[in-house]
Amino acid sequence: MKEEIVIAGFGGQGVLSMGKILAYSGLMEDKEVTWMPSYGPEQRGGTANVTVIVSDERISSPILNMYDTAVVLNQQSLDKFEKKVKPGGVLIYDGYGINTPPTRTDIKIYRIEATEATIEINNSKAFNMIVLGAYLKVKPIVTIENVLKGLKKTLPERHWHLIPMNEEALKKGATLIKE
Amino acid sequence: MNDKVTLMKGNEALAVAAIRYGADGYFGYPITPQSEVLEKLEEEMPWETTGMVVLQAESEVAAINMVYAGASCGKTVLTSTSSPGFSLMQEGMSYMAASEVPALVINVMRGGPGLGTIHPSQADYFQAVKGGGHGDYRLITLAPASVQEMVDFVALGWDLAFKYRAVSMILADGVIGQMMEKVVLPEQRPRHTEEWIRENCPWAVNGRKGMRPKNIITSLELDDDKMEENNHRFQATYREIEKNEQRCELINTDDCDYLIVAFGSMARISQKAMELAAEEGIKVGIARPITLWPFPVDAIKKAAEGVKGILSVELSAGQLIEDVKLATECKYPVDIFYRLGGNVPAPDEILTALKEKLVNKLG
Repeated sequence: MKEEIVIAGFGGQGVLSMGKILAYSGLMEDKEVTWMPSYGPEQRGGTANVTVIVSDERISSPILNMYDTAVVLNQQSLDKFEKKVKPGGVLIYDGYGINTPPTRTDIKIYRIEATEATIEINNSKAFNMIVLGAYLKVKPIVTIENVLKGLKKTLPERHWHLIPMNEEALKKGATLIKE
Repeated sequence: MNDKVTLMKGNEALAVAAIRYGADGYFGYPITPQSEVLEKLEEEMPWETTGMVVLQAESEVAAINMVYAGASCGKTVLTSTSSPGFSLMQEGMSYMAASEVPALVINVMRGGPGLGTIHPSQADYFQAVKGGGHGDYRLITLAPASVQEMVDFVALGWDLAFKYRAVSMILADGVIGQMMEKVVLPEQRPRHTEEWIRENCPWAVNGRKGMRPKNIITSLELDDDKMEENNHRFQATYREIEKNEQRCELINTDDCDYLIVAFGSMARISQKAMELAAEEGIKVGIARPITLWPFPVDAIKKAAEGVKGILSVELSAGQLIEDVKLATECKYPVDIFYRLGGNVPAPDEILTALKEKLVNKLG
């Protein structure tokens, strides 16, 4: 198993932390993982992206030109990464604020309404966990149980009471995937 | 899951590795992309556990001179910085080399010249391996290509520094500093005791207590003949290091038509290019210098035997390639592929360059 994924959106949407939680979940399953952020001023409001690789084998490059899956959360990222999904790969995007939807026919495309879902569950901070839930519905590369374990590892103990809320968000995300 | 395995950024892992080695002191000044080293040290608060000093100096110039002072006392000390900060430290580097004190200096390179960008680069290669400060001196230069090596090279760097009374440098780049990977951290080692220092560093200025003649640590020697003698001694040490400490990783070099030479993050990205090349039936091997100085001449010479051509892949405009040509005595066609100023190539760019510059020309 090898999954090469890029997550891209605005700074502040939780792109980097979503990648981190995914990487920790991979660690919980004894997989090889790399997490490579695009760091710098763009984290403070511009676009941000992170490449996460989860694999059974040793990982060579942490930087890629094509991805198995792209999870994109704004128009700029969609424009940039739609063409970088491998043929037969997966593109998941949040429909909010998208004027020019993706057009490729050789990849599987899932439009999710994650921003709307945050309003439904009245929790805008759970946005990235909703998106992660949707992603894991399409690509169950790690179990929800291990995501929660990974979350426990990334969060300081004083925030552990938020874990059930995150579990709810993951489940909500899974319901957004329509075949 | 193995409890000892954890996930960390290269910079953070290096900070923890320094504590675990039993460091006595860290002196530094924050600069992207290596500020996590100082941040992690502050978070870990080793002064409360091992007694290690962590100090944010007023500048890089101050930091390197604090390292110089600590090292002169036989203490296990380090600093870390990024390119513009390393330029500020050059006077201290030269003085430490001339004073023959062991220390560890980390440069997580960013795009230059000047204040440049905050993104990855390898353009301080010459500065590290040819001497960025004045005078004839060398730094033992280690180039990590993974988060695990950011940890392992802390111990290796200090071990070599104390063995040869030289300055070791870890020359990383923004990719290795910022990426997270699985890593196994070493066990906590005790800090060196005063007795250990007295026994192993008889040159150290740590108080003679009437037991021995006084030690003087200085880089100043106004007698030309004595200074020449000093230089001969430095050079003899460097020849010894060149003989004993060359390190290189060879990947698929036994049966390859083309050889890529690359270090640090570029070696990792080149490995992916090698995998892509294999899918097209192009046989590529990689020689990854682990020690940039001493340059692994013997390993690269051997890896190059029988290849059609060599590609130096670097984040600098023709620095590594000079040592590749020297090592292979210009016996093979050597070309170069690079990105500059903080840009990092994707694997397919390297493959395209390999085809354009070597495969299509040499067949």
